[in-house]
Amino acid sequence: MNYNWNWGIFFEASPEGNGTYADMLLSGLMWTIVTALCAWVIAFAVGSVIGVLRTLPGRGAQMVGNAYVELFRNIPLLVQMFLWYFVLPEVLPESWGTWLKQLPNAPFYTAVVCLGFFTASRVAEQVRAGIQALPRGQRMAGTALGLTTAQTYRYVLLPNAYRIILPPLTSEFLNNLKNTSVALTIGLLELTARARAMQEFSFQVFEAFTAATVIYIIINLIVVTVAGVIERRVAVPGR
Amino acid sequence: MTSSAMPPVSPVSEPQAATDAAPGTGPVGTLLTERPPVTATTGPMIAIDDVSKWYGDFQVLTNCTTSVTKGEVVVVCGPSGSGKSTLIKCVNALEPFQKGQITVDGTRVADKKTNLPKLRSRVGMVFQHFELFPHLSITDNLSLAQRKVLGRPKAEAEAKGLALLERVGLKAHAHKFPGQLSGGQQQRVAIARALAMNPIVMLFDEPTSALDPEMVGEVLDVMVELAREGMTMMVVTHEMGFARKVANRVIFMDKGEIVEDAQKEEFFGSPRSERAQTFLSRILSH
Repeated sequence: MNYNWNWGIFFEASPEGNGTYADMLLSGLMWTIVTALCAWVIAFAVGSVIGVLRTLPGRGAQMVGNAYVELFRNIPLLVQMFLWYFVLPEVLPESWGTWLKQLPNAPFYTAVVCLGFFTASRVAEQVRAGIQALPRGQRMAGTALGLTTAQTYRYVLLPNAYRIILPPLTSEFLNNLKNTSVALTIGLLELTARARAMQEFSFQVFEAFTAATVIYIIINLIVVTVAGVIERRVAVPGR
Repeated sequence: MTSSAMPPVSPVSEPQAATDAAPGTGPVGTLLTERPPVTATTGPMIAIDDVSKWYGDFQVLTNCTTSVTKGEVVVVCGPSGSGKSTLIKCVNALEPFQKGQITVDGTRVADKKTNLPKLRSRVGMVFQHFELFPHLSITDNLSLAQRKVLGRPKAEAEAKGLALLERVGLKAHAHKFPGQLSGGQQQRVAIARALAMNPIVMLFDEPTSALDPEMVGEVLDVMVELAREGMTMMVVTHEMGFARKVANRVIFMDKGEIVEDAQKEEFFGSPRSERAQTFLSRILSH
């Protein structure tokens, strides 16, 4: 292999004209983080609601929850990205579609919504598992004290369920963060997209992807560390 | 944080006389700080009328009829799987039933128009496995429903909880979490949690069955005192000593049916049914 190593490449000006290659990667990292956080807000909120629906006694609520989960977790994320970005504007009424296509930062909004809804289906499954892992008597005790169903979930079931599912939820957050890279296919300039651009501009493929790899690992290790801190903070004494 | 800061939830006029269960007037007002408000002046506190229940094709309750009058302590016993826990859970509609009717203080529990959370908040329930909320401190366990269901202010709810905690002998544990208490202690907290709602009746679903033997006594002591203070109680239990001591009536169930429903003396003295005789001889022979 005849390859010219050049680790100094990161400090050379990028052809985009506004900074070095390192700046380019960092701006990609910023988009990765912002996209992941925004998508997680949607995933956590929607996933919690859907997960709760699947544990309610009513058949209707369960069916809505099941339909959501099966729809969003059985279509590949990449296909979902294309559906949201390329197909949705075409099937909507024309004025809406045009508005969507002209939206500034459309790849970002699309990636957030798509990734959020996709991850929500997985969060929902974990929330359901967490609630079902609780002793049946917990729900009964809340109900017997006169708490409404909503209050029983809010004050009894969910606080316990979230504690149980914190470790798998951490994994889900990591997946969510890594899955932002799929959004490069719809033009989001996140970290992987920026590494690829760097490779194409400079031909330093190893340096570019080594940097991206290291940055992903560091970010995810930070997430794992923070999750560990949260886990200890919310741990219930005597358990 | 003084208990004197607690206004009574509703002024109840009738000074309740000591019941039959209290030979020699017991210390009135030790566990029950306020007399439970009751709306129906006549009729039984709990009326179970011809109740049947099925799980699919399997019938778990068959034409159960009985009642519990105010101040009465009724013990429900019978072999496991006889439907006694199911029956008691029907009383506050934790379990639905398909036939018959149950009224609590004049309110039909199976009526769609009944405000079930409100009804349940007036019916205290104690479970076999305590079911304290593990993520909440003992103080919060005691005050959660007072605040969210009855709308009591935080300070009042905590003071009430603390007062009851003291009466079950656990004041020093207020800051702890359920997982840090023994089974017997947890069950006493669970009783205090139910009492904090000023219930008009208390349901106990095998309250000592999950306890180590040495902890059974401390829980029964609280229940005995509660009975002596005139609380209306329906108790599913195998503790025949408790039944002898404080029960007014004993209901014996087998295979989903109420086989025997008799005054305590009659039940222990000369049970009419063969099934009750067999059951008694089995559990009293040790």
